[in-house]
Amino acid sequence: MSLATAFKSGDLTLLPSKRDEDWRWTDLRGLIREVPPPSPAFNGETPPGVFDHLAEDFHVLANGGSAQIVADEGELTAVLRFLSANDGTAHAAKVSIEVAAGASLTLLETYEGYGAGYFAQADLTIRLGEGAKLERIVLAGDDAEAISVSQAEVTLAAGSSYAQTVLTDGAKRQRIETRIAHPGAGASVRLDGGYLLRDRRHADLTTAIAHEGVDGTTSQLTKGVVDDQARGVFQGRITVAHGADRTDARMGHHALILSDRAEVDAKPELLIFADDVQCAHGNTVGALDENQLFYAQQRGLPADAARALLTAAFVGEVIDRIEHETARETARAWLNQWLGVGE
Amino acid sequence: MLSIQNLHASVGDKPIIKGLTLDVPAGEVHAIMGPNGAGKSTLSYVLTGRDGYEVTDGSATLNGEDLLALEPAERAAKGVFLSFQYPLEIPGVPALTFIRAAVNAQRKARGEEEIAAPAFLKTAKAEAARLKIDFDMLKRPLNVGFSGGEKKRMEILQMAMLSPKFLILDETDSGLDIDALKIVSEGVNAMRAPDRGMLVITHYQRLLDYIKPDRVHVLAAGRIVASGGPELALQLEAEGYDKYVTKDAA
Repeated sequence: MSLATAFKSGDLTLLPSKRDEDWRWTDLRGLIREVPPPSPAFNGETPPGVFDHLAEDFHVLANGGSAQIVADEGELTAVLRFLSANDGTAHAAKVSIEVAAGASLTLLETYEGYGAGYFAQADLTIRLGEGAKLERIVLAGDDAEAISVSQAEVTLAAGSSYAQTVLTDGAKRQRIETRIAHPGAGASVRLDGGYLLRDRRHADLTTAIAHEGVDGTTSQLTKGVVDDQARGVFQGRITVAHGADRTDARMGHHALILSDRAEVDAKPELLIFADDVQCAHGNTVGALDENQLFYAQQRGLPADAARALLTAAFVGEVIDRIEHETARETARAWLNQWLGVGE
Repeated sequence: MLSIQNLHASVGDKPIIKGLTLDVPAGEVHAIMGPNGAGKSTLSYVLTGRDGYEVTDGSATLNGEDLLALEPAERAAKGVFLSFQYPLEIPGVPALTFIRAAVNAQRKARGEEEIAAPAFLKTAKAEAARLKIDFDMLKRPLNVGFSGGEKKRMEILQMAMLSPKFLILDETDSGLDIDALKIVSEGVNAMRAPDRGMLVITHYQRLLDYIKPDRVHVLAAGRIVASGGPELALQLEAEGYDKYVTKDAA
């Protein structure tokens, strides 16, 4: 199911709708009434990006396009930027990423909306060879009126390690989806996310991990903050296949609701068909703690500052897990900017 | 310094403080003792502006300034500090970060410059050493996983760093062993100054062996029902609160 296929064929019934279980909270068919015109080729100047200075390998896909990133040996830092530059038009991007056996890649990925109300689709195919390492950090900054879908298919080999942190402030409808084929065999996954939503924004972080062999680990932590009339969606599925023994998989999703009209929909799923596994999940949705808020205020922090401090601390746990130091600080700055606080 | 006149306050629809009058002059330490449910903690929350504690009559001023009209953070910046009976855990915020944010927020509210990091760290190190707090503990999230005694010492550390004008100690002795009680009391005594007042709220006389009050007041059923010198605390310890509770009921 993709925006691009539906638009290309002109058949909007191909769009995912709330009748599809996997898209029940991110209805696109009900939202898109006519096929938007395709985005024109981008021939403007590319604005500077937050990760540009770290790039050894640099890719900008403006209004769609395709790219290939290959880390064949040693360590590589690649910057991948998806730009949407026009108003009300549609485009699709395709990227393939290969990390060869033993190689290591840091992928710094951004979604940047410079236009308004665009329709963007990004498809990523990510493959890791034996013992390969990839840390993928995604900062999504789409336009408030945009409809944006990013879907990544990840295939891991034995002994590889895949770490991902997605941070987003949403769009009119936004879905960032990651599907991982996990062979076990010493491979490890860290799969994290943070969504910070206000006004009427929507973000959907959907993940599906299939543990197919023995001795695999997954550690997943997603934190969300929703304010105003925003809506956050978390769908996390971990499947442990028959015989995928000694799998260790842990999933956590925790959200803060800051307004009466905000909404969080969460569907954590553990589907376990093996016997000898350790799996756990935790899911909480709540408000900021009034006692903590009063305590901080009694020490002199004005109410807004106290709320920002506690919210930053709440989401900070996800940011602390980013391994790449510079990217971690960039992510923290992004969070603080959203919260409107210094430092 | 602190002047409370005919204060009435409710929690929800329930009146808890019923006509409380109390003056604590600068330089003095006053103790408030009383049975469970007398309104001791309510008084501390009313003075610091907690949500849900509604003042229905009377006044509370600090050096002539109306406290009740101010937000909690404004009262803190004016110098009111409450040492909590149960200090809160703040996950994800290192103690040092929290205290520095508090110090700077108060300075900003008073129109003062922010404290520079080196000066702040130097003071924090010295105060931590004095209170026998391992400095590495200040890099951990505030109070998370700390023992009762460690949390109370952390309150005193914050008090020392914020240098408030008026201290309210709410059941500071609860959960403390004798050694911790001594350290905490020494920390409090070090704060005694001619321009600073203190209100020490406690169930037991024990704390007052370490923090010597100038005056002792008995709070029962929302009012001060007796006042006296330090000997009143000893008398309460011997006789209990019965006669004050009964008197009120009659």
